[in-house]
Amino acid sequence: MMSKSRYLAQAAAAIAAMVMTMPVRAALEYNMPVGVTDVSRQVHDLHMIIFWICVAIGVVVFGAMLVSMIMHRKSIGHEPATFHESTKVEILWTIVPLFILVAMAIPATRVLVEIYDTGGEDMVVEVRGYQWKWEYKYLDASLNEQVSFFSNLATSRAEITNQTTKNENYLLEVDNELVIPANTKVRFLLTANDVIHSWWVPDFAIKKDAIPGFVNEAWTYVEEPGIYRGQCTELCGKDHGFMPIVVRVVPKEEFQQWYAAQLGTDSGDEALAVAQLAQ
Amino acid sequence: MSAVIDAHHDDHDHGPAKGITRWLYTTNHKDIGSMYLWFSFIMLLVGGVMALIIRAELFQPGLQFVDPALFNQMTTNHGLIMVFGAIMPAFVGLANWMIPMMIGAPDMALPRMNNLSFWILPFAFTMLISTLFMESGGPNFGWTFYAPLSTTYAPESVTYFIFAVHLAGASSIMGAINIIATILNMRAPGMTLMKMPMFVWAWLITAYLLIAVMPVLAGAVTMMLFDIHFGTSFFDAAGGGDPVLFQHVFWFFGHPKVYIMILPAFGIVSHIISTFARKPLFGYDSMVYATSSIAFLSFIVWAHHMFTVGMPLAGELFFMYATMLIAVPTGVKVFNWVSTMWRGSMTFETPMLFALAFVFLFTIGGFSGLMLAIAPADFQYHDTYFVVAHFHYVLVSGALFSIFGAVYFWLPKWTGHMYNESLGKLHFWLSFIGVNLAFFPMHFSGLAGMPRRIPDYALQFADFNAWSTVGAFVFGLPQLLFLWILVQVIRTGKQATAEVWEGAEGLEWTVPSPAPYHTFATPPVVR
Amino acid sequence: MTEQHAGGQDNYFVPHDSKIPVWIAFGLILFMFGFASFLNASKTGANSNLLLLWIGAGIIGVSLYSWFTNVIRENHAGLANAQLRRSYVWGMGWFIFSEVMFFAAFFGALYYVRNFAVPWLGGEGDKGVSNYLWPGFSPDWASGENPSTYRPGPAETMAAPSSITSWLAYLPFWNTAILLSSSFTIHWAHTGLKSGNRKGLTAWLGVTIALGVIFLFLQAEEYIHAYEQLGLTLGSGIYGSTFYILTGFHGFHVTLGTFMLMMCMVRVLKGHFSPDDHFGFEACSWYWYFVDVVWMGLFLFVYVL
Ligand code: HEA
Ligand code: HEA
Ligand code: CUA
Ligand SMILES: [Cu+2]
Repeated sequence: MMSKSRYLAQAAAAIAAMVMTMPVRAALEYNMPVGVTDVSRQVHDLHMIIFWICVAIGVVVFGAMLVSMIMHRKSIGHEPATFHESTKVEILWTIVPLFILVAMAIPATRVLVEIYDTGGEDMVVEVRGYQWKWEYKYLDASLNEQVSFFSNLATSRAEITNQTTKNENYLLEVDNELVIPANTKVRFLLTANDVIHSWWVPDFAIKKDAIPGFVNEAWTYVEEPGIYRGQCTELCGKDHGFMPIVVRVVPKEEFQQWYAAQLGTDSGDEALAVAQLAQ
Repeated sequence: MSAVIDAHHDDHDHGPAKGITRWLYTTNHKDIGSMYLWFSFIMLLVGGVMALIIRAELFQPGLQFVDPALFNQMTTNHGLIMVFGAIMPAFVGLANWMIPMMIGAPDMALPRMNNLSFWILPFAFTMLISTLFMESGGPNFGWTFYAPLSTTYAPESVTYFIFAVHLAGASSIMGAINIIATILNMRAPGMTLMKMPMFVWAWLITAYLLIAVMPVLAGAVTMMLFDIHFGTSFFDAAGGGDPVLFQHVFWFFGHPKVYIMILPAFGIVSHIISTFARKPLFGYDSMVYATSSIAFLSFIVWAHHMFTVGMPLAGELFFMYATMLIAVPTGVKVFNWVSTMWRGSMTFETPMLFALAFVFLFTIGGFSGLMLAIAPADFQYHDTYFVVAHFHYVLVSGALFSIFGAVYFWLPKWTGHMYNESLGKLHFWLSFIGVNLAFFPMHFSGLAGMPRRIPDYALQFADFNAWSTVGAFVFGLPQLLFLWILVQVIRTGKQATAEVWEGAEGLEWTVPSPAPYHTFATPPVVR
Repeated sequence: MTEQHAGGQDNYFVPHDSKIPVWIAFGLILFMFGFASFLNASKTGANSNLLLLWIGAGIIGVSLYSWFTNVIRENHAGLANAQLRRSYVWGMGWFIFSEVMFFAAFFGALYYVRNFAVPWLGGEGDKGVSNYLWPGFSPDWASGENPSTYRPGPAETMAAPSSITSWLAYLPFWNTAILLSSSFTIHWAHTGLKSGNRKGLTAWLGVTIALGVIFLFLQAEEYIHAYEQLGLTLGSGIYGSTFYILTGFHGFHVTLGTFMLMMCMVRVLKGHFSPDDHFGFEACSWYWYFVDVVWMGLFLFVYVL
């Protein structure tokens, strides 16, 4: 069968490609990114704390299991004991996990409260999900729209259908990036036009659903200028996998220039008023 | 076809009828149990093939085999078929076979309704699967079918999907009512509640959960139906509704649902471990209390699936704390199992291997569940492959492994033959390797940022996905071996004794192997 | 099929093979498939018919009829021992519980939209920013106004009048009175049955059925009034949605309950039921109480509050 052998060939090619590219790849990403905001760092820490607690409990539980599997087996002639209850240990292993959980809940609560603190922002951006693209609107203090544009996937069809080689940012590149200033508290208002989408930038530790008819809030304060990529994370139909998010964080002055250029006036009063919010 | 003529077949101890009508018209709990189990196995293969299509597409970046529209249908139907078609019916099948035998009852309490509960399922799933061949395509909105993707923006076939869910729900409710009535009313004299086998306890509580939440799912799909066809606006903000309302109703059903898929597993594993450790189950009472606590808590944690929908802070905190609490009773169960093994005299037949792997891998899945419960961290995990890893650990190496274990454990009782132990072990080891190879790397791809439900992904996720795909196929193949083992054991095999396993406890081991068509027509007395 | 087996009547009666259940399953799928095709066809304006649905309904109806006659026949033949009757009790009890949970979903939805969704859309509460999308919308439940003008709300809602005296002209109030009293009449019918007073049984059962029918009639009147005078329809936003789904499913259950009571009446007239063996009747009466209780909840949360 023609198609089968084509698949096989493809599979073989893929394996070969995998093996060949492996050493080139700088660092294999396998953990939650530390990110570039205070919140993202805290979330990362939280993640690591819980992870290590689980590892520790795992070592104890699986250790006991393994010891028992090795030492208490019939084939080495171990006779079964008959004990089958102990209220004392039951209470013990109810209470101890409870304390561990409380210990986890405290930092978790602290971080959550901070994430929910959307007030005191320096500028507001509306993020609107569509099937299958994002729209960004820069709003002034009374939430009137100043600048807006759509942000579409920029990866070519040819790359997706394997006709050309895939570039480094395959599926994570857009035509118009969201541009925000560094060292600024940016508040996002998220909504959607059709179905539910979800706006996720891992490096900011922001993931918030964009729900048609409702507005969700999120905020970030990025110190490090750079380009940060994310994806839509709520199934939103056919091209859910093809509506990435790219945020370019630039120094404040650069942002002002960019913003003024967007407004089409390089020193319009209005433009400055908004841009100055960023200071 | 053997005609059923009223005059002449009234001998109650008669064997099964001949031909297909035996299965169509049967009221016998063993027949119905077998049908549930076979149905579930077929669904596992169907859902598994869909999983393999998903995995094949995800083997490398780029679109290769299926287009995104079909991919979404595969994901959706894979989830639905596995949850409602494979895992659930398997547990109901086991309940049918074992509960009457374990409590010394002649049959299920309402045998005709039992037959109805089963026969709805093949019809309902035929209707569901037929939607894949409709012009509009099948359901493509995920097994969680969030509105408005599943209402205003859904393919036409959604109407059939809704009714399939109604039917499957009705079947589950009737099945659960039957099981509760059986357990509460049909126990042999002397079998008090606190003497019931763990599997029976687990099912009693599961059945209660089912009756409590399946109607809520029916309510959810009914509201969808009205939004789609009758112009209501439950999930439409323009008319004052809220898409998030759908999620609340769905998860009020959905979360208890996932425990419905694990509580019977807990029961099964308790039996297997204590049998092969040759020691009574440690902490029977605390097991009962823990199971009940899990069931209770499962009603107040639903919104942990919705941490990112933007709930008010208080809601977010409440659901985080409540969810974390579930680790406590679940931990009690894990500790009790380990203590049951402790200083036992263990042997490692196939059922025991699956049970041990269950404890090990389910706990890993539980740990990732606990991580997901931490709301701020869930903002990073949510809707990534980390979640996919979590639930396949609890569902595949949890629920499904327990079902494999149960089948090996009770097969000799059902068929009268011992299965081939070396093949059983081979099935186990290949499954164990495959499952870990398939699902462990998903933790990494998820943490590294790969969203779920996407047909194509960025290059940095390529390696993990390749491994997952290899693992999925490694896991799929031994399931065919399992089919072979089953066929073999039904046909031939070493004659099994009544007790089957050395020192096994419980009424089911007091009847001959294979268990006669009717058992305990007169109830035994339990001391 | 009515021969007793060796163990005698003390043994739990396990029925033989039965053709009925699989036919019901088959009828159900025809019904559902037919209904779905009909809905889809009517939505696109294509040719639609209900043939499949009626065939399915027919199969279900005939099967249920023979199922119940079978059970009754078995019962008369003395096959149902006390334990089997307890199974029926558990079965009916848990069935009603499942119905309660079905309504709970809709009550929960009502609670959620009234206390969260609608206020948020109107700018109140934690997610009041949502009002940004609906400028000018004020979240007044009793007005039935909707966020979007594409969805015109009703001219008037069904909310209860503010003064108690004007309740006399308020239909739902009378419906409440009717259902409430029907709970008593069915209870008296039951007492009649238990004390062997067949006349009382027949009379009170008849009154209960009549009350049920009157309730349904008034409910239909109310719907017509709502649709024609108030412009309160299924399409008039969340008020109409919750109103109709709750009262509609309740009305459907009253219809079912009334039908069940009528069947009881037929059986009473045929001389069925004895003072100490009448689970068929009891089950119907429980169902009727359940329908009443749901109405009380409805009256409180849908109409009054
Ligand atoms: C059998 C099914 C099953 C089971 C048993 C569980 C068990 C748990 N699940 Fe899971 N879950 C699913 C099936 C299941 N889950 C599915 C299908 C989804 C995805 C749905 C979808 O979106 O499609 C999901 C998703 C899911 C989410 C949402 C993730 C997201 O979408 O963002 C969360 C979040 O809280 C969660 C949490 C938990 C927790 C805390 C448990 C706990 O019950 C686990 C408790 C167990 C342990 C913790 C291990 C043993 C305990 C000890 C050894 C004691 C000591 C331990 C400590 C004190 C740490 N699950
Ligand atoms: C309840 C149980 C259950 C079970 C048992 C499984 C079993 C498997 N699941 Fe799945 N899964 C879910 C429940 C389950 N899953 C749910 C609820 C979702 C979420 C859906 C959603 O997002 O809406 C999901 C989603 C899901 C995804 C994510 C899809 C996405 O987000 O787009 C993936 C991806 O790899 C996956 C893989 C697998 C694999 C490889 C198996 C394997 O274990 C399957 C093994 C079985 C077989 C392979 C069949 C047997 C073999 C044959 C028929 C012979 C042919 C075999 C060969 C030639 C090798 N599952
Ligand atoms: Cu937009 Cu997913
Ligand atoms: Cu959950």
